[in-house]
Amino acid sequence: MQETTNPDGMVSVMIMGKRYQVPASATIINAFEYAGYQLKRGVGCREGYCGACAAVFRLPGDYKLHTGLACQTVVADGMLIAQFPFVPTSKPAYDITALEPSLVTFKRLYPEVFRCLACNTCTKACPQDINVMDYINAVERADLAAAADISYDCIRCGLCALRCPAEIGQFNVALLAQRLFARYVAPRPENLINRVAQVESGEFVAPIEELKSLDTERLRERYYARDIEEG
Amino acid sequence: MYPDTMQESLRRVAATRPERLRLAREKGSKHVFPAMNADERAVVLREFHPDFNEKARRKVRVGPNAGEEITTEVADLLEAWPRVSPDHFDLAKPDIETDVLIIGGGSAGCSAALLAEEQGAKVLLITKLRLGDSNSVMAQGGIQAAVNPTDSPATHYLDVLGGGHFQNKPELVEALTLDGPKVIQWLIDLGVIFDSWPDGRLVTHHGGGTSRKRMLSCRDYSGSGILRVLRDEVECRSENIRLMEFTPAVELIRDADGTVAGAVVQNFETDEYFVIKAGATILTTGGLGRLHTQGFPTSNHYGATCDGVVLGYRAGAKTIFMDSVQYHPTGAVFPEQIVGFLVTEKVRGLGGQPLNIDGELFVFPLEPRDVEASAIIRECRGREKGLLTPSGQVGVWLDSPIIDELHGPGTIEKELPAMVRQFNRFNIDITKEPMLIFPTLHFQNGGLDVNPDCETTLPGLYAAGEVQGGTHGRNRLMGNSQLEITVFGRRAGIAAARYALERRGRSTPLTMEHVFAYCRELEQAGIDRSRIAPILLPDYLPEHVKAKRYAAGMPADVRT
Repeated sequence: MQETTNPDGMVSVMIMGKRYQVPASATIINAFEYAGYQLKRGVGCREGYCGACAAVFRLPGDYKLHTGLACQTVVADGMLIAQFPFVPTSKPAYDITALEPSLVTFKRLYPEVFRCLACNTCTKACPQDINVMDYINAVERADLAAAADISYDCIRCGLCALRCPAEIGQFNVALLAQRLFARYVAPRPENLINRVAQVESGEFVAPIEELKSLDTERLRERYYARDIEEG
Repeated sequence: MYPDTMQESLRRVAATRPERLRLAREKGSKHVFPAMNADERAVVLREFHPDFNEKARRKVRVGPNAGEEITTEVADLLEAWPRVSPDHFDLAKPDIETDVLIIGGGSAGCSAALLAEEQGAKVLLITKLRLGDSNSVMAQGGIQAAVNPTDSPATHYLDVLGGGHFQNKPELVEALTLDGPKVIQWLIDLGVIFDSWPDGRLVTHHGGGTSRKRMLSCRDYSGSGILRVLRDEVECRSENIRLMEFTPAVELIRDADGTVAGAVVQNFETDEYFVIKAGATILTTGGLGRLHTQGFPTSNHYGATCDGVVLGYRAGAKTIFMDSVQYHPTGAVFPEQIVGFLVTEKVRGLGGQPLNIDGELFVFPLEPRDVEASAIIRECRGREKGLLTPSGQVGVWLDSPIIDELHGPGTIEKELPAMVRQFNRFNIDITKEPMLIFPTLHFQNGGLDVNPDCETTLPGLYAAGEVQGGTHGRNRLMGNSQLEITVFGRRAGIAAARYALERRGRSTPLTMEHVFAYCRELEQAGIDRSRIAPILLPDYLPEHVKAKRYAAGMPADVRT
């Protein structure tokens, strides 16, 4: 039965329009589970890394539709909550080895980018506080370094795309920009390239074989005698 | 905001910081506290590591490792009945046929899918939740690979063995460390952005137990930075890689030769079951954090319920080191909303220090994980130098502000944006105040026994990533799981595809007799039929809801 007043430490929330009393310290995910849901969608890593739990909510006396990650947002009394079990976006298949790191690619794969109205709704929606509009603008200028850098912490929850009046799937655009940047634009990692060549020449096979031939006592001696690089 | 009860201790942390900083600057961060020798390590592990708790392990009574001591909560799952009776299925009419079936959609599963596809195999990748839902995506600190001139795969090899107390399977460590640099190159070519210097060289940090700076990173979103690219590439190759999300496997199928030849899978939303016939099957199902061994909170994904070990074991594959669980030294304990969440080891890699209630450093900050975690537990439970939180947790400080003092203002925000964001959400600024931490259940050290081609002890069944055992012995070092999932995911994909392509066109009848045989063992051991596995999801249903739930219908013994 639903109580009309909240016991100590509890708040009332509306989960998909239905009232439940839950601990005031609960996150939205905790609130669903406390209410008795066993979630399959709208839940994932529960630590803010996977983007599975995009949620929207309203608060009493506030007209704004707020966005957040359900695992990272603490409930409030009177909160109206809905979750997105899935974010539909169209992502074309492409061959990353056959793309040009330039505007041509984005015009072909994601032409909607150029419909951006500069309304900044995406940025306001982002639970990671990423300047989403800025990276979309960086893509429009073909500045892949800036686009990759600004969008780097994107966890693909999809809230930007759900709110965008220009129908852009920002998080997919970000990923393409990041991939093109890493493959075609970023300066080559000299330490890695040299090392791969050494590995391929077989240079490290013998040293590892030598270690494999040692018994545990010898290995232990080597291990505790090894010098530690300053850092 | 920390409560008033912690303010005095916070003042002590600030008061000891100048001296700790002076020591780190003048002598170098490896001299801030003496590292333990072999004997000291052994003592702290024996007295304080949770694996040594008397209830941590018990003998498993059924299956290929019967008679061996394994982690208690795992033994409970291995001594459990199938979710669904094999009698329901007409194995002569599979619903789907494929060359390679991959079960699990983290970085190991995606890597396996890409490499199997490149061998010419048709691939079916199924995953219990969404593609990418995995522990892989949650890795923060980095991935090890010996890329610097002062380092080498052999040096990496010795660090891995020492971290694992010399019990690791050497041929797996060899594959891990030798493949490392090539795998990093592969990831960059696919489009992963690793932290680098302006001239392009990859940035490297220390991790616990590393003798060289070898930790590559994607800020502190390392797992996410890698996995988002791998899954995107999987989706781009949809012509040959079929993807089914929200589809857990509940049983493996064998053929008359004893080879593993597919799985029974469930549509997680409609509860339909399907028979999948495959030339080779790869388990990339991850670990077990959601079993909450010994009541520990976990840093793991919601889906980390040990499914792969259960499936493989019931089909007849042996496990190794399943008596060993990793507790990450630094899980959050305050505020209560983030209890158990991972605080990346990169914090200590950058110079962060664990401190007791008096603001004193009590352990070398970069011991291997089991040693570091045990030292933190000793400080709290043995020496009672921890702090109590309002929700009853105990923890010690992890001093982060010292990082900006050591490396310059802005370092924390640049290197640890996920940590800054995580704590900011609860009004704690880690550039100015330390975090409160205690070990959290983090990693399944053991798993299915495999060789460097990821072949389990059962033909046709492969395992890669956290579900495989042997690489780390009984203790993994930071950054070697991200390397393991990609190195062995790729190897499994190649080996399984070759195996399956050789077997194309063969028609050996499918069987699930092994399940009935396993059930007979369960019956003999007297295992209650209400115990069912794989569990697929953790049970977080609160008691007040359970008390109000009843089975549908009128049972036969009810008054009418």
